[in-house]
Amino acid sequence: MKLNTLLTSAALVLGLAAGAAAQDRTKVGFVYVGPVGDGGWTYEHDKGRQAVEGAFGDAVETVFVESVPEGPDAERVMTQMALDGADLIFTTSFGYMDATNNVAAKFPDVKFEHATGYKREHPNVSTYSARFYEGRAIQGHIAGNMTESNIIGYIASFPIPEVIRGINSAYIHASKVNPDVEFKIIWVYTWFDPAKEADAATALIEQGADVILQHTDSTAPQAAAQAAGNVVTFGQASDMGEYAPFPRVSSIIDDWAPYYIARTKAVMDDTWESMDTWDGIGPGMVGIGTISDAVPADVKAEALAMKEALGSGEYHAFTGPLNKQDGSPWLAEGETADDGTLLGMNFYVEGLTGEIPQ
Amino acid sequence: MDLSAINPVLLIASLMVAATPILLAAIGELVVEKAGVLNLGVEGMMIVGAICGFAIAVNTGSPLVGFVAAAIGGAVLSLLFVLLTQVALANQVASGLALTLFGLGLSALMGQSYVGVKPPAFAKLDIPGISDLPVVGPILFSHDLVLYFGLALVAAVWAVLKFTRAGLILRAVGESHDAAHALGYKVVRIRTMAILFGGACAGMGGAYISLVRVPQWTEGMTAGVGWIALALVVFASWKPWRVLLGAYLFGGITVLQLNLQAAGVAVPVEYLAMSPYVITILVLVILSQQKSSAPAALGRIFHASQ
Repeated sequence: MKLNTLLTSAALVLGLAAGAAAQDRTKVGFVYVGPVGDGGWTYEHDKGRQAVEGAFGDAVETVFVESVPEGPDAERVMTQMALDGADLIFTTSFGYMDATNNVAAKFPDVKFEHATGYKREHPNVSTYSARFYEGRAIQGHIAGNMTESNIIGYIASFPIPEVIRGINSAYIHASKVNPDVEFKIIWVYTWFDPAKEADAATALIEQGADVILQHTDSTAPQAAAQAAGNVVTFGQASDMGEYAPFPRVSSIIDDWAPYYIARTKAVMDDTWESMDTWDGIGPGMVGIGTISDAVPADVKAEALAMKEALGSGEYHAFTGPLNKQDGSPWLAEGETADDGTLLGMNFYVEGLTGEIPQ
Repeated sequence: MDLSAINPVLLIASLMVAATPILLAAIGELVVEKAGVLNLGVEGMMIVGAICGFAIAVNTGSPLVGFVAAAIGGAVLSLLFVLLTQVALANQVASGLALTLFGLGLSALMGQSYVGVKPPAFAKLDIPGISDLPVVGPILFSHDLVLYFGLALVAAVWAVLKFTRAGLILRAVGESHDAAHALGYKVVRIRTMAILFGGACAGMGGAYISLVRVPQWTEGMTAGVGWIALALVVFASWKPWRVLLGAYLFGGITVLQLNLQAAGVAVPVEYLAMSPYVITILVLVILSQQKSSAPAALGRIFHASQ
């Protein structure tokens, strides 16, 4: 008992001392769902973190915890970060949504930023996401042109609106240039499991897919496609340039750095407010990686023109006429989807086969 | 739904690949447990083997040398377990868990400079004429050497445990270390060798993931395979051939469920996703209905003075 008391008070004194020293520095925490070396999703968030350090130097201190499972562990990690004096915490996976809000309730002075979610139950919670579906539209366009078997494989992670949006957007634009195109979709129920992703890619290739789109974070499907020889892939979340120019012919790159820097600045200046950010190609949150020469020049030109149009806002990736999978009308000619529907998207568009797991 | 899209020959060929890491790790752990030691560090030894094998294969250009290095890496890490449980007489469950956590961290550190690097390709068996045979060719004669090595290892472990004196001694140590000790057998030395063997097997299993199945290095890439191997040993009631059956069942259903999804079978994905676990456990539980055949001294600490 005595030793315990002694240790506790020692820890308290140390904590106070450290707290005093860290007073003038803004502490920013990051919670990652995968390892920083995944080469995809988490890798890009960590680049954003490094950009924050680069922008503010000694005025900030950043901490991160990687490979945090979505669930009670996430809540513990966030609580610990808040107790350790973090002023701003970025939680970078959809599955952290409830945990983020729960912890935010307990620490009203700490600001929380949750990526890809929609719940802002407390004034100290913001959400942010990128319009990846704009990138998926360009991928779909290239994929529809490149496929010869007319079978496109899609490795999907979890049946959440984010992923379903990507499938719909890619399908709409692939079938626009190639009406015979068929999507084979595998749900792997993980964001990061290289062995499983490789198996899924192999299964799709064995069933005739010659284009693989992935909504998982590792580069394993790229390696599987490379081994197969004549299969096209796209980098996901990060450029995955080590597989260019083939099989990786282009990529969707998430660029979180400007947002992270702006929000850290807001905390420093005391101007931080709860808000929802959803930026796409225009503001630069979604980038399109170099389209390699494996893509025919005319297709590449069309893809770049679409990128321009999406960026300037003159074209929306979900523009009518579009029907839902069951044939019921969704968008009329020329009508574009509103953000509310997109954020809660839980249906396939017409032409996709299979059911969304519920 | 279009089941004709599934090619059964390719399916069987890829299930053998998917099952091999589990098989290698499980057969090693089976020997360890037969010697009366419960090493929960399989996952840690696998991932350390995965990075050791990957790094050496990249640097030497030879995947085969990589596999040898993976076996050594896994065995070296298991030495730590030997030190804790056989010398310092620490609790085996806690030591094994520590080994897994340590291995995950250590491999991430060792692998820092290998992210995004491509390993040399592993040559596959290619016997002109035979490897091209329909059906039999792709299934039996067109894999990499390690896959055959895994199968041979199962046969060897089975034969050694069942027919040789060495196997008898190993089992004696696992059933009653006091009796074995009284007969003059070096319990600690035998267990140490078993643990090193288990470490080497787990290391090779890990390297199979990083060099053949995926093939690349990413942190945490074994993603729980070590735990499945551990469970498999128990459900296979410590019998080598059942380990093989379990590994192929698990690998097979994992690959099959992905294929069924891609073919658009109208079964909810959740059921498909859980099916490898459920079916493997069910089959092995039914097989092992009779009395539990766990080694009697499993997980108990031995000291000559007691």
